[in-house]
Amino acid sequence: MNDLRDLYQEVILDHNKRPRNFRILPQPTHHADGVNPLCGDRISVFLDIDDGVIRDISFQGAGCAISSASASLMTEALKGKPVNEIDYLFDAFHTVVTTDAECPKGLGKLSVLAGVRDYPSRVKCATLAWHAVHAALEQHKQPVATE
Amino acid sequence: MSALPALTIAPADKTELDLTSIRADFPILRQRIHGKSLVYLDNAASVQKPKAVIDAISECYSGYYANIHRGVHLLSERSTMAYEGAREKVRAFLNAASTQEIIFTRNTTESINLVASSFGGSAVKAGDEIIITGMEHHSNIVPWQLLCDRTGAVLKVAPFTDAGELILEEYERLLNSGRVKLAAFVHISNALGTINPVKMMVDLAHARGVPTLVDGAQSVPHLTVDVQNLDCDFYAFSGHKLYGPSGVGVLYGKQALLDAMPPYQGGGDMISVVTFEKTEYADLPNKFEAGTPNIAGVIGMGAALDWLNAIGLDAVAAHEQQLLDYATAQLLEIPGLVIMGTARDKAALVAFTLQGVHPHDIGTILDREGIAIRAGHHCAQPVMQRYGVPATARASLAVYNSRDEVDALVKALWKVKELFA
Repeated sequence: MNDLRDLYQEVILDHNKRPRNFRILPQPTHHADGVNPLCGDRISVFLDIDDGVIRDISFQGAGCAISSASASLMTEALKGKPVNEIDYLFDAFHTVVTTDAECPKGLGKLSVLAGVRDYPSRVKCATLAWHAVHAALEQHKQPVATE
Repeated sequence: MSALPALTIAPADKTELDLTSIRADFPILRQRIHGKSLVYLDNAASVQKPKAVIDAISECYSGYYANIHRGVHLLSERSTMAYEGAREKVRAFLNAASTQEIIFTRNTTESINLVASSFGGSAVKAGDEIIITGMEHHSNIVPWQLLCDRTGAVLKVAPFTDAGELILEEYERLLNSGRVKLAAFVHISNALGTINPVKMMVDLAHARGVPTLVDGAQSVPHLTVDVQNLDCDFYAFSGHKLYGPSGVGVLYGKQALLDAMPPYQGGGDMISVVTFEKTEYADLPNKFEAGTPNIAGVIGMGAALDWLNAIGLDAVAAHEQQLLDYATAQLLEIPGLVIMGTARDKAALVAFTLQGVHPHDIGTILDREGIAIRAGHHCAQPVMQRYGVPATARASLAVYNSRDEVDALVKALWKVKELFA
């Protein structure tokens, strides 16, 4: 159970049970769906961007604890941030969940997902919402897939 | 001297398996996963291989391997004999009338694609209909959708009940349109475990002159299939779910239909005479086996059938049924666990959801306990949509599984609940 606790940390279980910003934005400036065809998970993200700043961000959908918690934590991390910081955060987050590298600076609570690095099959769950945000900013019409 | 009362000797229980000896046949089962004994319950995805199969493949490559059907040298003759010997084993296993009706493919998917492409391409026109059921694996949906896209034919889907049983009246109603060119349906659902009444479904189709294809990927390891008795026109399955190697599949087809069908792929081995003006095709079954096949794989599948026959499918089925009943009862003890697929006639798998825990998380936690299950949509997304769930967890049984392993599964699921409490 101990190594499982490294993956399923309290913060993750909490965000899975009580996801933050779990709603639809009525008039988002940006929106995209992310699907993980392997498991059927589907997450929609909504952004309200004004003057280069993420004023509001939310998500909806069904997924595993890792993808739900990751989406929830992501919305908390991105709200109020300048759009041009997203790429840095996504890169840093990706590094944390896929390599043994030291946790990059500025990730804050997102680093609780570092345990995913020991579960390669779950990396796609952790990055699904981030891929969706990326797609939203590029205004993809088709849902973006992790495959 | 008066006759002694006749002794009533109970017949030896044919269904009794020597589980210890069966498990000893599988080298992989001895290993530990994350420090725990491996409990392999992902058999509906692919089953593990007995040593007899591994040895047969190894013996082929180390003892007599060469290409088949063309060499005059001894090794080619021996490989050809072993390869064609496996075809005879498959014929006997299915009780097909002739080895000409046994086509080797890569897997069930390719077998179905062969029929969709060759039979479908020649016999199906715009406005015709193909019937499938709502509980098909993607491999018995997508080939027909592609055929419909090419030809303008229409795919019709026979629905099933909440328990996961086909609604026969609806299937029959679809057959009555007069435009149906083929009914293709799954024998045992990989997502629900439902055993469909395939004999009845074949008869209903034939009563209207409609040929049938049965997807037997999940059925051949669990129950006896007699294609002559079943009278289906095509029967498709894979070697890798039948204790044989991956990369080998079978298409059974009635000879008259196969004779009338154009080749699926062109190349070597499937011709008799080739000139640049015209090619004459080989007779069955070679007409449908273009190119060098998976020689050692086919021989390995033959060995798998020998191994399975020595145990007896009746004994396998009885063991798995007992285990299924036990697993079902044990799993239902867990609060919040819902079993998807409760057909009266059901084979050795349990698909379930656990309230508040996504199947992916169940799969990861069970893996750390050494237990391999499948979590996801099981390549049957329409079935998931039917029940309104994104995914399920599925524990599927094989002949080597034990009650202890079911107990380990149940115990681990309690841990899942504890973690997510």
